[in-house]
Amino acid sequence: MLHITTLHYLVLGAALFLLGVIGVLTRRNVVVVLMSIELILNAVNLNLVAFSRYWQGIHGATALHGQVFAIFVITDAAAEAAVGLGILIAFFRNKETVNVDEVNLLKW
Amino acid sequence: MNPPVATPFFFYLLSATVLIGGVLVITRKNAVHCALALITALLAQAGLYLMLYAPFVAGVQIILYAGGIMVLFLFVIMLISIERSQKERQFNKQWLIGIAVAAALGGLLIAVYTKGKSLFPEGHLTYAEAGNTQGIADLLYGQYSGTYMFAFEIASLLLLVAIIGAVVMAKKRI
Repeated sequence: MLHITTLHYLVLGAALFLLGVIGVLTRRNVVVVLMSIELILNAVNLNLVAFSRYWQGIHGATALHGQVFAIFVITDAAAEAAVGLGILIAFFRNKETVNVDEVNLLKW
Repeated sequence: MNPPVATPFFFYLLSATVLIGGVLVITRKNAVHCALALITALLAQAGLYLMLYAPFVAGVQIILYAGGIMVLFLFVIMLISIERSQKERQFNKQWLIGIAVAAALGGLLIAVYTKGKSLFPEGHLTYAEAGNTQGIADLLYGQYSGTYMFAFEIASLLLLVAIIGAVVMAKKRI
């Protein structure tokens, strides 16, 4: 417990992922669902950077592939949050609600 | 070379902040409270990146994630007036099945942990930090070592598409 290894970061990443999944599956507010998706992406980023540090111990100080991938994931999260919030605004303009289970216009 | 001091204390402090922020995100009624809890979690995560000797990723996380994406979230929360939704029911009808699925996923993760725990022997890590940004730049833009240059250009194209998409989706009249 006293020496922090890669495994500590992986367990923390798994716990964050689980919290994000619970948030996506159980909340009604669309904005909170989008924020839980950001939590999931953060957990993935933590895994990537932890493994990059693990690789640095094996392959030398320039094995930074995990960190580069984490930067790409952050870029992708920005694009996805922008488009998702645009869709939310467009839907809110039509139906005046932010609850996920009231988005049921295609239901038969 | 001396290893950094007080490392377990900072790791447990930062990971407790991240986990408490995550729990607050998924349980609070007010969406602004959720956004603030997520900002706290993101800043603590930047601290964890610093502990992993990734200062550039920590800087990108603070500037882009906590300072860009979360500000966008707060703007949208202010635009859509969701005071009415604060008094409604917060968890949807299938929350029990959701918790069951998440518990199944948690069981799978615990199984993976117990089986693969022995694959990570404790090695001696080098404490190289001065060339971190240069190393990332070499991987992204280097003439002979830039393996991610194509992905970088595709990411900029993705951002262009996201800008156009967000503007078109949020306009009143196209």
